[in-house]
Amino acid sequence: MKANENNIPARTPLIETRDLKKYFKVNGGRMLHAVDSINLKLYSGETLGVVGESGCGKSTLGRTLLKLIEPTGGQILYDGQDITKLNTRKMRPLRKEMQIIFQDPYSCIDPRKSVVDTISEYMQIHKVFPNHQQTMNRAIELMDLVGLARRYANSYPHELDGGRRQRIGIARALSLNPRFIVCDEPVSALDVSIQAQILNLLMDLQDELDLAYMFVTHDLSVVKHISNHIMVMYLGTCVELAESEELFRNPLHPYTKALLAAIPEPNLDSRDKEFQIIRGEVSSPIDPKPGCRFAARCEHCMPQCTQENPKFTETSPGHYTACFLVNGNNPGGQTSDTGGETGGR
Amino acid sequence: MGEKDEKLILDIQDLKVIYKTDIETVEAVNGISLKIEKGKTLGLVGETGAGKTTTALSILRLLPQATGRILSGKICFDGEDLLTKTEDEMRAVRGNLISMVFQDPMSSLNPVYTVGQQIGEAIKLHNHDLSHEEVEGRIDEMLQLVGIMPSRKAEYPHQFSGGMKQRVVIAMALCCEPELLIADEPTTALDVTIQAQVLAMIRELRERLGTSMLMITHDLGIVAQICDEVCVMYAGKIVESGTVEDLFRGEKHHPYTVGLFDSIPNISSRATRLKPIPGLMPDPTNLPVGCEFAPRCEHCMEICKKEKPQVYSEGTHKFYCHLFDSENLKTGGSENESK
Repeated sequence: MKANENNIPARTPLIETRDLKKYFKVNGGRMLHAVDSINLKLYSGETLGVVGESGCGKSTLGRTLLKLIEPTGGQILYDGQDITKLNTRKMRPLRKEMQIIFQDPYSCIDPRKSVVDTISEYMQIHKVFPNHQQTMNRAIELMDLVGLARRYANSYPHELDGGRRQRIGIARALSLNPRFIVCDEPVSALDVSIQAQILNLLMDLQDELDLAYMFVTHDLSVVKHISNHIMVMYLGTCVELAESEELFRNPLHPYTKALLAAIPEPNLDSRDKEFQIIRGEVSSPIDPKPGCRFAARCEHCMPQCTQENPKFTETSPGHYTACFLVNGNNPGGQTSDTGGETGGR
Repeated sequence: MGEKDEKLILDIQDLKVIYKTDIETVEAVNGISLKIEKGKTLGLVGETGAGKTTTALSILRLLPQATGRILSGKICFDGEDLLTKTEDEMRAVRGNLISMVFQDPMSSLNPVYTVGQQIGEAIKLHNHDLSHEEVEGRIDEMLQLVGIMPSRKAEYPHQFSGGMKQRVVIAMALCCEPELLIADEPTTALDVTIQAQVLAMIRELRERLGTSMLMITHDLGIVAQICDEVCVMYAGKIVESGTVEDLFRGEKHHPYTVGLFDSIPNISSRATRLKPIPGLMPDPTNLPVGCEFAPRCEHCMEICKKEKPQVYSEGTHKFYCHLFDSENLKTGGSENESK
């Protein structure tokens, strides 16, 4: 995520968003701020993990990036090209390169289509191959790639378990040779032993095909395992973005800290320590008041937190946080009296 | 064994449960035995289809009537076998002496009654002699206990968030001060921060009320934080059991338990690759002749495919695996817990 100041041309991020916003209209002309001012960059072969609690806008963000939902404001750049304003017809060739894997392997595939038909559906829509036989051959190749035995080719989804169904979803997403895949909680519906199989598969495919993933999940141990960078979202905003190791070693935002502390660890060392609990629940995303969205639950809440939005600033190279505690008042010179020096390197 | 019965709140012996339809027979629970001491929490860990929930439903005798059958075994609650009780007697047990919290709070509450009415219903059912005021008082007390303002008792379930609903369900389960609380994945549907709130609450309530608990979960993190004893279930069998120390600090484990631990991404160290257990859970309508885990086990021996293993024990730590057969049973370093 380093900006390149030298003469060497900087690598173009595969996906970049600038101030991306998605608001939904709700009753009485009010606005639900699902995704608010998101700036992110994602390079080929890398994984960006997006974590947050339910309702924080992670899935909406994923779908907005793919333009399955039209953004309200801001820009989405794909390989340097602004795709925000492209219409359906112009988007179509790009759709091949941007795919999504859904959370629920039970509802994302058509129960009346056999495995091989499901996998070849996208190829038929995009007329990738001139004849049926080639499409089928490719579908079988994809089954091999994702580790689905060929004998399931003519099975129907109800005959398969969750892990195999998820493999169908993955094979289908790969069928058009995408470069970018949004993985929307792809393992949360699976048992741990199957989850590990799918995570390994996704990581192997990434190495092999140089894919970029945006990995949306609420499971922090999974996201740490698979991501290069992690973005923590809270109520539509990004509160912290850093390299995976850095985020876990040195979380800066109080919400990130609370989130990390809330995971029950599978060892006895932390057994007797009290759970670190953040009080209260997520407030409403409908017409949110100005100020930090986390302020109501934050134990360090200061007056300014409820008055203005904290800026999303780089506290150490590659580590971005939106919090007055860490950033002081502002990026522009005035210093805050309460700003701490927590953000050391 | 050697335990005095008064110390045990629940003693399940050799329980076998099947689901029988015209077409097939699902062997859901295949002869499990477990014990819970008074005031202790037992964790029942395993993947989907291991038979955890079936075990819980058998205790309350809530198996689907058309298909579920308890073939054999005993479920002794406080010294009395629940399986010999009549339906009327069971009704006095459910919700009163043993209560259960289900996984999904959204579907365990009735959307057309207020939460106060629903908690009150459970109280009135088991305490006929309470006056209206006393019941209301008790509802307020329960809501306070789980951290909800009593003034919200006139609200309907849809007005509460997921975490709050689960608290209401827990309040309902605890309102008659049961001696045993069965919690079936109580936090799986909740976000981590809310899960932490609910777990902290469960921990605190358990200390305050001295309730014994059967905690069903697939999350080893929750086991480490909440439970005193653990049983690991696989395909209807308990493959390993012991205290939490045995499970998390013990040197020897059942190969399935090892696989389970290797499958979780470790949050404190980064392994490049996970080591999943190969293959899938066996078909419960057609279980292997030998050890249920044999087809997926990397230590599988000839005997594993032919014979079911016995239970081998080292102090409190028990294994259901041929690997622990006599020649492998070294006594060195066994950490016996004095009960």
